[in-house]
Amino acid sequence: MPAPVDRDELQRLVHEEQAQLVEVLPPDEYEDEHLPTAINIPLRTLDAETARRLDPGRPVVVYCYDGQ
Amino acid sequence: MSPRAAWRLESLGFARVYDYVAGKADWGSFGLPLEGASSGARRVAAHVRADVPTCRLDDELAAVRKRVARAGWDTCFVVAETGVVLGRLGRAALSGDDGRSVEEAMTPGPSTIRPSARLDEVVERMRRQNLGSLPVTTPDGRLVGLLLRADAEQALER
Repeated sequence: MPAPVDRDELQRLVHEEQAQLVEVLPPDEYEDEHLPTAINIPLRTLDAETARRLDPGRPVVVYCYDGQ
Repeated sequence: MSPRAAWRLESLGFARVYDYVAGKADWGSFGLPLEGASSGARRVAAHVRADVPTCRLDDELAAVRKRVARAGWDTCFVVAETGVVLGRLGRAALSGDDGRSVEEAMTPGPSTIRPSARLDEVVERMRRQNLGSLPVTTPDGRLVGLLLRADAEQALER
């Protein structure tokens, strides 16, 4: 079950465990503003093919604007 | 949206998936850096004066007045040890010469905005309410700085 994380835990995961950040919003919103080091895989395109950009051996943190 | 993405990644075999549910809105509201085309320039965070003077409830008001004047400001925020804003000393409170304490002189609980607020919306509000400045705090009330309407209007004209 995916675990919710807060801002502090996210930063710890990135710095200590090389977590990968994924913004799942549409590309225009990602291009406008995104968290440092985040890549963009919009939810509607998220499948086995697009997920190949991610290293399954490292933690993955997904986010959108405010969870809605 | 992110909960669905997290579940999808798990179903694709990713073992350690986390969901930062509060998302970009939370990140920006704490004044943390964002990258991208706008680079945050349209947000309040990029235009905050972080050097606005602060004082504590138990500071001597006369000393605060001198310090604020020396720094070239006409306002000062009263903050708790944690940085949470308790009140504001405005021009009138700072220009007086009475024996009041900081607590007696301050205006408690000033209205605040978040660093992630859109600059154009904030300027519209400042014009509507005839405000020259607004304190910027994190969602838990810690002072980030002061947004001056003049700075914000200048930024929007660029």
